[in-house]
Amino acid sequence: MDNSRRSFIKISALGASGIAFTTTALSAIPSDMNSNGAKDKKIGSILSRSATYCEVCFWKCAAWVYSDEKGNIQKIIGNENDPHCYGRLCPRGTGGVGMYTDEDRLKTPLIRTKIDGKDSFREASWEEALDLVAKNMEKIKTEYGPESMALIKHGSPGSHLEHLFKAYGSDTVAEPAYAQCRGPRETGFGLTFGSWVGSPEPTDIRDTKCLVLIGSHIGENMHNSQVQEMSDAIDNGANIITVDPRCSTAASKSQHWLAIKPATDIALLLSWMHVLIYEDIYNKEYVEKYGSGFEALKKHVKPFSPEWAYGITTVKPKEIRKTARIMAAAAPSTIVHPGRHVTWYGDDSQRARAIAILNGLLGSWGNRGGFYFKEKISVPKFPHPPYPHPKWGWKELVEKYPFAEMGSTMEVIKASIPGADQKYPIKGWFVAGTNLVASVPKRKVIEEAIQSLDFMVVMDTMPMEITGYADVILPECTYLERYDGIRSATNREPSIALRSPAVPPKYNSKPAWWMAKEIGNRLDLAEYFNYNDYEEVIDWQLKEMGSSLEEMKKIGVKNFKRKSGALYMQKGKTHEFATPSGKIEFYSEELASHGLDPIPVYTSHDSPKQGFYRLNYGRSPMHTFSRTINNPNLSDLTSENMLWVNPKVARIEGLKNNQEVWLQNQDGVNSSFPIKVRVTERIRWDSVYMYHGFGHSNKKLTRAHGKGASDTELISRIAIDPLMGGTGMRGNFVKILLDNPIKETIL
Amino acid sequence: MKYAMVIDTLKCVGCSDCVVACQTENNVPIGYCRDWVTESVNGSYPHVELELKSERCNHCDNAPCVRCCPTGASHVAEGGIVLVTAGECIGCGACIESCPYDARFQHPDGYVDKCTFCAQRLKEGQLPACVSVCPTKCMYFGDLDDPTSKVSHLLQSRKHKVLAPEAGTKPNVYYLI
Amino acid sequence: MQEEIFISGRNIPKIDPYLEIWHFPISLYLFLGGMAAGIIFFASLFTVLRREKQVQTAIKPAMIIVLIALIIGLLALFYDLTHKLYVWRLYTTIRIESPMSWGAWVLLFITIGTFLWILSYFSELFPKWDLKFKWLKQIEQFLIKNRRNLALIMLPLSLILGIYTGILLSAFNARPLWNNAILGPLFLVSGLSTGAACIILFSKDHYERKLFSKIDLALIFIELALIVHMIMGMYAGSAVQLEALDILIGGEYTVMFFVFVIILGLIFPAILEGIELLGYKVPVAIPAILILIGGLIFRMVMIEAGQLTRYLY
Ligand SMILES: Nc1nc2c(c(=O)[nH]1)N[C@H]1C(S)=C(S)[C@@H](COP(=O)(O)OP(=O)(O)OC[C@H]3O[C@@H](n4cnc5c(=O)[nH]c(N)nc54)[C@H](O)[C@@H]3O)O[C@H]1N2
Ligand SMILES: Nc1nc2c(c(=O)[nH]1)N[C@H]1C(S)=C(S)[C@@H](COP(=O)(O)OP(=O)(O)OC[C@H]3O[C@@H](n4cnc5c(=O)[nH]c(N)nc54)[C@H](O)[C@@H]3O)O[C@H]1N2
Ligand code: SF4
Ligand code: SF4
Ligand code: SF4
Ligand code: SF4
Ligand code: SF4
Ligand SMILES: [Mo]
Repeated sequence: MDNSRRSFIKISALGASGIAFTTTALSAIPSDMNSNGAKDKKIGSILSRSATYCEVCFWKCAAWVYSDEKGNIQKIIGNENDPHCYGRLCPRGTGGVGMYTDEDRLKTPLIRTKIDGKDSFREASWEEALDLVAKNMEKIKTEYGPESMALIKHGSPGSHLEHLFKAYGSDTVAEPAYAQCRGPRETGFGLTFGSWVGSPEPTDIRDTKCLVLIGSHIGENMHNSQVQEMSDAIDNGANIITVDPRCSTAASKSQHWLAIKPATDIALLLSWMHVLIYEDIYNKEYVEKYGSGFEALKKHVKPFSPEWAYGITTVKPKEIRKTARIMAAAAPSTIVHPGRHVTWYGDDSQRARAIAILNGLLGSWGNRGGFYFKEKISVPKFPHPPYPHPKWGWKELVEKYPFAEMGSTMEVIKASIPGADQKYPIKGWFVAGTNLVASVPKRKVIEEAIQSLDFMVVMDTMPMEITGYADVILPECTYLERYDGIRSATNREPSIALRSPAVPPKYNSKPAWWMAKEIGNRLDLAEYFNYNDYEEVIDWQLKEMGSSLEEMKKIGVKNFKRKSGALYMQKGKTHEFATPSGKIEFYSEELASHGLDPIPVYTSHDSPKQGFYRLNYGRSPMHTFSRTINNPNLSDLTSENMLWVNPKVARIEGLKNNQEVWLQNQDGVNSSFPIKVRVTERIRWDSVYMYHGFGHSNKKLTRAHGKGASDTELISRIAIDPLMGGTGMRGNFVKILLDNPIKETIL
Repeated sequence: MKYAMVIDTLKCVGCSDCVVACQTENNVPIGYCRDWVTESVNGSYPHVELELKSERCNHCDNAPCVRCCPTGASHVAEGGIVLVTAGECIGCGACIESCPYDARFQHPDGYVDKCTFCAQRLKEGQLPACVSVCPTKCMYFGDLDDPTSKVSHLLQSRKHKVLAPEAGTKPNVYYLI
Repeated sequence: MQEEIFISGRNIPKIDPYLEIWHFPISLYLFLGGMAAGIIFFASLFTVLRREKQVQTAIKPAMIIVLIALIIGLLALFYDLTHKLYVWRLYTTIRIESPMSWGAWVLLFITIGTFLWILSYFSELFPKWDLKFKWLKQIEQFLIKNRRNLALIMLPLSLILGIYTGILLSAFNARPLWNNAILGPLFLVSGLSTGAACIILFSKDHYERKLFSKIDLALIFIELALIVHMIMGMYAGSAVQLEALDILIGGEYTVMFFVFVIILGLIFPAILEGIELLGYKVPVAIPAILILIGGLIFRMVMIEAGQLTRYLY
């Protein structure tokens, strides 16, 4: 046998005489090797390609959609010239095909009716559905004023509807991507540097010498160019320091993983400042030039030694010192990452500020390998009459939060519940592109709010949970079947990207722009929609910007030269920060004037009681929130989430791998579905972990229904951020139940 | 010429983009896959070692699947790529039994399917779909007979391993560790 | 704690979590092939030794069983193919390195040989009908003259077939349970013994039955020895082999293996045949049938258990 093997190798080696790796390299492969099944169908067919940007998450990577002559979408490939993806999509973007092919999609407008006493939906024509929406919006306008009609949105459909709402007279707008996502960091960084972080984050990860991740789990958080640049940083031998109570993928790639006790990050950040300042290794030149209130900060952090922090964070003092010195040594090419989903414990703006201050001490803002000066190009607004001025709007709803800069979903929800304190009554919701039930905590309150609404319309592509509460459901076609606004985002260089339909809308679905226009027409707002096809708007805008629809269809992405000056601070020149003092505010008068801590302080948050575990959650790299769980391509990769438990916990609770368990939180809220156990060393013994977005309860989602548990469902307690109204969601604790509690109560 | 794939486990984040990309590029039916991703965890909290690996057919120099194939459907093509000619495959399953990596499967249409190193793309001078999509750029593909190629360079300069060397199949997919 | 998991949701039909590529038909195919090989071996052996007289069953009715067994076996194999339309590809090439390939060829020749064999005994087997056509008679005459030559060809072929049924599995390096040198000989011996058992079952002649009982008894002892040898070998083997062995002696197939294969399929019939040889009256059918069933179950166990075993990396 052995003999024949060797001779076999000789044979194959002979065949492989050293031809260079060129296009003709494989000429010797029998052409019918392509007959690896269905594949050759594709190889036979000429693929047409059309430009889009991805809508599976909000990184908005520009891509090419390839479809065959039969008009079936085959694959989606990143656009080489796009700074968001450099020609490589993430798994969700590549699997975006499934958003289009999913046979569970919403297919036609639906209207709520009573069939023998029971609520259900009946199919309706677009005419009827849109008439009904317009009628109700008109009604709310006349009875309460247009302000009482709220728009809760996320993603591309939002912009079309925002235009409709402004024209209609309502500025009552909110999205979960603020008060449940990045709001606190924008406030924290705004107060310190006078600038939002924004998206994509202007973190110069590609060129950094030291990347510090506070929770932020890049690699599971698949925000594309960040993942790519972190990989570049690894190649460049950058130091990665990850602070995470869980062994995240990023932690496993880090030279230093600080396995911190949950909810104690501010203590660590303060002691890092302490080390930088009292070991005299902070960026003096930079701080002297740009810092304001440094002395106050120095005094403030004096007591916060690593030894002090150790008692709180369980991170060893020598680890704290070592990592602080590494940051200092790499400064200013050090990034203490602002994170993105930062609504954790209610003091999140302050934690974000602590992170900002740390970056200030290191001098990373405005320096290579730190934070670059981002730039975008503004897209001219298609001409329309001026908008009316609403009496109140999202601002009034968040007036008790002095530093709120966008609408808060939670406040819109509260304002929809009639009561003594209902100063700004909300009577109708237009929900588009957000599955509130899965993305906003306190489901009871959401349901109460919805019950008290006069009217609710949901625009979605899928029969998600939220659609079940609607009076009217408007099926939007997927991003692969429509035009949307031109993508213009901040980046190193300004760039724009086009979204054009690769195929006509499937079923009886329509694009958001069309619905907005149709509703507008019915509300006598036609002059705000002075076009027949959104194509015209895009073409006009592009021409204004020195391009054209024709050109953009060919190139997909257009990059522009910077106009705002250099990417980093220039030697000799000084930089003006957009803060009251014009400098980096280590001490914030603004905060002080509102009776809030001018410099972050550590406050302890409660930890789980006997028998309870902190509910920790995060991203599945293969999914986006709840929106992709039913996607055929992506559910093929991860069809359910699992409950990560430490082996110690498994022993105590008597759990085995893949065993199904139910969860009950501190307020007695039960998980609707069981979740399988994963016993792993990657998680602490005081917490359990699960991917967000699973545990769908709508049976119409044939792949997603009942798969895994919903973290959101178990988040009934939130800690509100006093600065901007963020809803901290990581202060919930769960008990692990071996049997279904709900069944038990029935029996 | 000798094609090889080199995958840097220090950069792979286990996102499985390589799997989706393969499915959409090669029309691999949902429920099947030519490549897959594994995670191995060692140690105990907080001293945890995590290794993520994208795996597929290793296009072995010493391929039992080719040897055991009664019809020659499984064969070695230019550059050492191990391929299956659907039109010659009788679906006896011998090659599946013979692969220590369980890298082969029966396509719903009956013939045996597996990773082809995207030979149809190589012909056009493109890299394999999985390699070209990987967001961490942790996959490299090239010719080991060419000492100047990136793959040769990586294997000269970095610590690496192959899967189940004791199986004696001489894989051409390498993992940097 | 150590963890090894798929994270891309790999769950390929018939591959994950363990192989289910080969099913009962393959076990049946190997069993019938082995049994046929056994019968042909004895039939040709005695023919070559010019002692046909003593083994009338073996050389005549048993060979009809062989033909049927071969045909059923081939049908079973065909049934388990998933790309059936291309089956003819088997006979467009010979691949020495592929047991499947030369097995297919050997089976083809043996089936033809067996057919000719039966034709040569046609008149004796079916005295009632006589061959209609003249040329058929001539062929029969020719075959009758060349019976011994045919036997000389069939003898080695039967051995190859017998070994093939084992090699087919043992050649698979990737399946630790199969991948050992003993399996070939073991399946050969087991085939011979089931062949003998089959002859015993159909033989009316006391002498022939006794003869084959003796042979069978010897074969069973050899078989038991080989099994012990195999298990010992695995014990001494690598971690993967120990894993594999565990399935047989400490796992889901232990009962099947020990109760049905070892005890009911080998030891018990051996005892019965022993008793019979000592002159006591035992209904011969019982040990024979037990051996046949044992032989079939043995192959079922090996096929199924073998696919549970794999390299761990
Ligand atoms: N694949 C994929 N990627 C995505 C998304 C998606 O849906 N899918 N969504 C995108 C969006 S909108 C956002 S906002 C981002 C969110 O992504 P991130 O900003 O990275 O979200 P985080 O909540 O910071 O990351 C969760 C991590 O925080 C850790 N953690 C939990 N509690 C604590 C604590 O008390 N202290 C510390 N230091 N760490 C803690 C968890 O263990 C987990 O590893 O992801 C983006 N990227
Ligand atoms: N418990 C918990 N809650 C969270 C988070 C968490 O990690 N845990 N993350 C928070 C964060 S960071 C964010 S950004 C938010 C995100 O919150 P959401 O944006 O609400 O996230 P999804 O659950 O993806 O909801 C998206 C909805 O839009 C629909 N949709 C998808 N594409 C389209 C389209 O093209 N058109 C239309 N009309 N609809 C479409 C989907 O079907 C789905 O119903 O969630 C926040 N909430
Ligand atoms: S990061 Fe992935 S999902 Fe998000 S836009 Fe880019 S490709 Fe799409
Ligand atoms: S795409 Fe790249 S990073 Fe993602 S799993 Fe595959 S190899 Fe790893
Ligand atoms: S990995 Fe398996 S299928 Fe691929 S060449 Fe090696 S043995 Fe054959
Ligand atoms: S299944 Fe096909 S490729 Fe595999 S061994 Fe049999 S004939 Fe060859
Ligand atoms: S090389 Fe091609 S066929 Fe092989 S796994 Fe990668 S994408 Fe799939
Ligand atoms: Mo977010």
